[in-house]
Amino acid sequence: MTKFLTLLSREVKSCFYSPIAYVVLCFFLGLTGLCFYSGVGFLSRGATERTIVEAFFDSIPFWIGFILIFPPITMRVFSEEFKMGTIETLMTAPVRDWQVVLAKFGGALVFYMVLWLPTLLYFVIFQQVAKADAASAAGAYWGSYLELLMAGMLFISVGCFASALTQNQMVAAVISFCVITFFFLGGLLSFFTPNISPEFRMFASYCSVLEHMGEFSKGMIDSRRFVFYGSGTALMLLLTHQVFQFRRWKA
Amino acid sequence: MIKVENLTKRYAGVTAIHDLNFHVEKGEIVGFLGPNGAGKSTTMRILSSYMPATSGRASIAGFDVFSQSMQARQHLGYMPENVPLYPDMRVTEYLNYRATLKEITGTRQRERVGDVKELCALKEVENRIIGTLSKGYRQRVGLADALLHSPDLLILDEPTIGLDPNQIRQVRDLIRNLGRHHTILLSTHILPEVEMTCSRVVIINRGKIEAADTPENLVNAMRAAGGIRLEAKVGMDNGVEEIGKLPGVKEVAMETEDGWTIFTLRTDSRTDPREALWRLATDRRWTVRELSRRRATLEDVFVELTLGDEV
Repeated sequence: MTKFLTLLSREVKSCFYSPIAYVVLCFFLGLTGLCFYSGVGFLSRGATERTIVEAFFDSIPFWIGFILIFPPITMRVFSEEFKMGTIETLMTAPVRDWQVVLAKFGGALVFYMVLWLPTLLYFVIFQQVAKADAASAAGAYWGSYLELLMAGMLFISVGCFASALTQNQMVAAVISFCVITFFFLGGLLSFFTPNISPEFRMFASYCSVLEHMGEFSKGMIDSRRFVFYGSGTALMLLLTHQVFQFRRWKA
Repeated sequence: MIKVENLTKRYAGVTAIHDLNFHVEKGEIVGFLGPNGAGKSTTMRILSSYMPATSGRASIAGFDVFSQSMQARQHLGYMPENVPLYPDMRVTEYLNYRATLKEITGTRQRERVGDVKELCALKEVENRIIGTLSKGYRQRVGLADALLHSPDLLILDEPTIGLDPNQIRQVRDLIRNLGRHHTILLSTHILPEVEMTCSRVVIINRGKIEAADTPENLVNAMRAAGGIRLEAKVGMDNGVEEIGKLPGVKEVAMETEDGWTIFTLRTDSRTDPREALWRLATDRRWTVRELSRRRATLEDVFVELTLGDEV
């Protein structure tokens, strides 16, 4: 456990050592600020059924930003080690492969969570200023951030997998971007093509992060989503472990 | 300390090492030599549990490097080629991080990190960021890392590559000192280094072991262990045939330069025909201006074994 925590803290630190982290932080802060601003603007236009949480998490700029942040967070985790050769020093120390994979995943996840911290402040400010309890219920907050955490875990595991595939960070970023976007658009499929079978429509909505967020930001916490994201993340991490081992062994 | 049995590693279609067998005893400093691409790094990577072999077995301190990999790693300090380090960490921070990974914690960690910094002369750069260090210092950080858990065995892949002559000398002294307490397997291309530091040499070429012995024995066992050079003014009858008949002489070559005849003799390693040669020259009243012996070096052995018939 000590080893895992050491590896994890090294991963988190190395995130913050890289300039990319600050670019992502600034970009994200600006984008979420914009979303919040437009959300408040929307609410102040008159009576509406939507809460500030829904207005914030269900806007187009928010989703675009959401997809864009994963590749830069995860692209370096394995690629850089392979490129610099440090993988050799790392993997000849008495550490196990799964410890390394989980630490890298965990490090990226910690950074991702740090990214969200400032947004909590927005809602505190909103509460203070608007004093409108109905517009922001505790269940909606829990739901939204839980959904963010779970979707984040899945997409970070996809990013880790992409990074384990190649020693080129750009290639890793492009792969994870494509997979995550595809995932995302898959959820939107039922909007684009009206005449698909109901089974497929059900499957698409089962996978749709967008729809999940719609539910969760209303405070509807559905346990099927936990199974979906949990098993997806586990599968991606397992694949990452296999690819990581394979690359090292054939190197 | 190291035992390698029938070790084979195949990459997609290429056999990197083929059926290697060798062993390293406790306390030895063994030089692992071979041309680039001979399979040195592959062997070292297998020994360090970085990658598994295709077939065969290898063990370190009695622990199989594949099935008992964690124990084997505890007994081994490995410094990979080109010493990959995290450029964004500080020297002490890096050594502390590595120490924790190697299960050295608390007071012992502080002691060991202090010890290796002293041993590798890193005190003056302990707070510098690794990315800003010179190659020589980086090499020493790598070595300090390998020594952290005071392993019985050190495997060093080209520890002197890219260093200047002064740094090479420092690393050589360091390795020789380490040899008192550690078993060392090191690969290098600087052969005089090996002659000075190593008690035994394993030469590998195209994935196969060509020779494994002490440097002296290897030099002595060479086909042409050394040469003798005689420069003299000779008459019309130059005496090549007579020189060729002297005991121990295998081959004589002759050339002339400004009226002087230069004989180059290839000789057996155990006999020294210089005295007989001198007598021959005086009998014939040759004027001699040079009679010298050139000893074969490990470099000759290396070239002969690894170039083989291609010369």
